[in-house]
Amino acid sequence: MQLGHRSAASFGDRLSAVLFQRQSMLLLILLIPPLLWFGVIYLGSLFSLLAQSFFRLDDFSGTIVYEVGLQNFVALFEPANLDVIRRSVTMATMVTLTSVVIGFPIAYFMARYARGSTKAILYVAVMLPLWSSYLVRLYAWKLLLAKEGAIAWLVTQCHLEWLLESILSTPVIGGNSLSFSSLGTFMVFVYMWLPFVILPIQASIERIPASVLEASADLGAPPRRTFWTVILPLAMPGVAAGSIFSFSLTLGDYIIPQVVGNSTLYIGQVVYRQQGLAGNLPFAAAFSIAPILIIAIYLWLAKKRGAFDAL
Amino acid sequence: MRSETYPLPRASRSLKIATLGGVLFLHVPLALIILYAFSSEDKSYVFPPPSLTTQWFAVALARDDVWSAVALSVQVALWSTGIALILGTFAAGALARFRFFGRDAISLLLILPIALPGVVTGIALRSAYHAADIPFSFWTIVIGHATFCVVVVYNNAVARLRRLSPSLLEASMDLGANAFQTFYHVILPQLGSALLAGALLAFALSFDEVIVTTFTAGQQTTLPIWMLQELIRPRQRPVTNVVAVFIIALTFVPIIAAYWLTQAGDDNART
Repeated sequence: MQLGHRSAASFGDRLSAVLFQRQSMLLLILLIPPLLWFGVIYLGSLFSLLAQSFFRLDDFSGTIVYEVGLQNFVALFEPANLDVIRRSVTMATMVTLTSVVIGFPIAYFMARYARGSTKAILYVAVMLPLWSSYLVRLYAWKLLLAKEGAIAWLVTQCHLEWLLESILSTPVIGGNSLSFSSLGTFMVFVYMWLPFVILPIQASIERIPASVLEASADLGAPPRRTFWTVILPLAMPGVAAGSIFSFSLTLGDYIIPQVVGNSTLYIGQVVYRQQGLAGNLPFAAAFSIAPILIIAIYLWLAKKRGAFDAL
Repeated sequence: MRSETYPLPRASRSLKIATLGGVLFLHVPLALIILYAFSSEDKSYVFPPPSLTTQWFAVALARDDVWSAVALSVQVALWSTGIALILGTFAAGALARFRFFGRDAISLLLILPIALPGVVTGIALRSAYHAADIPFSFWTIVIGHATFCVVVVYNNAVARLRRLSPSLLEASMDLGANAFQTFYHVILPQLGSALLAGALLAFALSFDEVIVTTFTAGQQTTLPIWMLQELIRPRQRPVTNVVAVFIIALTFVPIIAAYWLTQAGDDNART
């Protein structure tokens, strides 16, 4: 390096040379702003949430008592609260399974058969709902499921009122009308998270090398066999990745069951109500640890299936 | 990319039907919203609408509460996008090229705000504001939104940076450009469309966010919060229908633009 000869070098040149020679300095400059933001604001908030969960609310004065104790976590194991957690996990599991069943054929068609403009159109058709307004899409379902709405109209046109009636009178899933039943909540959840499930599956099928499929065919496997023994196992990381979204999003949502559903509670609603109406921030904080733990377990299981390589 | 020469078996009819069914499932509800905006019925969600009218558009346009909610949402989204753009680009620059201790932890940290349920992020921020005695304000909303928007910009930028050939940078430096000139003349033109795409998606994400916002807004009404209030307690259904159509139109534009930008940009980076 003959920097000495270039005495007229500009400040930019010199700074550039320093950064080029000491890459770690460049790295540090790049890292500090995002690290400060996420370290202080985001991690700080999560820690304050954790700390908050050990305090308690004084029942008489309604103020928070700053004494460390485990009473909030003990309260989590009360039957009513366990019920909420169990119901949420069941719903998240059902929604995830259904989304995979509905989403897989679309992802498979997109990855293996669609070409050119068909593929672009399908991709946009899946991506648009993913990014477009959550509340508007929820509103659409309120319109669809309403007693006087489109689904009820369709049912009447097909003379299937008896079927709808018998579904709605089924204990756990039924209710007054579709928009006040667990079945309605379930349908909206599936609709909401379906695009999140399709895209990772599509990506993982797309990554299967053509040579693997050719080899399978050359070795005499009919297409059906190739699908079950080659494509499906290789698509599993994508399925696991997609299921993370539908599972986690269902577990944390409190708006969908509030707008479409009967009065049964899910984890998110309990958290929201405890911090809002009840003003019991400590208990809400403790309750919000539950989905974090459940999702951590789920992520760990998904990681074993290679979900993170598919993201 | 798979070779186009590989002889594809034709898709079976049942697969085509399943795909079509799935796409219809995703889009019929949205189409329904547009139909309802023209419905003359204003007391219920009756289907099919008794007759069609455009009168509700004028009614909605005259509503001040709608306009002030839109204004607040746009401002929040602009600020959040701006902050996310800076933090996301910096993070992408650091994580795309360097290998260092804790790299995976940092990328996990960036993804965490959207991987964890919104309720968790929301209540965490709420409890931090409470602990630090920070009253709710415009900025308490922006801080929340910026935090989960970073990952969108980061994802777009890091994907493009990884595709960028190192030989381009070496050539630029060999030809005498310093790091800043290389950044301005070589990296930025390549990165530009990815950043724009990331920014558009971040804007759409912030403009639409409701779960975290309900914890950080206090008494302020962003457009999604306005919409949520109407969902829980409908006051004037036709106005809600029109606003819903307006939101669909407003979010489709940045999403399509972002898609187009990433496609075109990736093709450029590859050639």
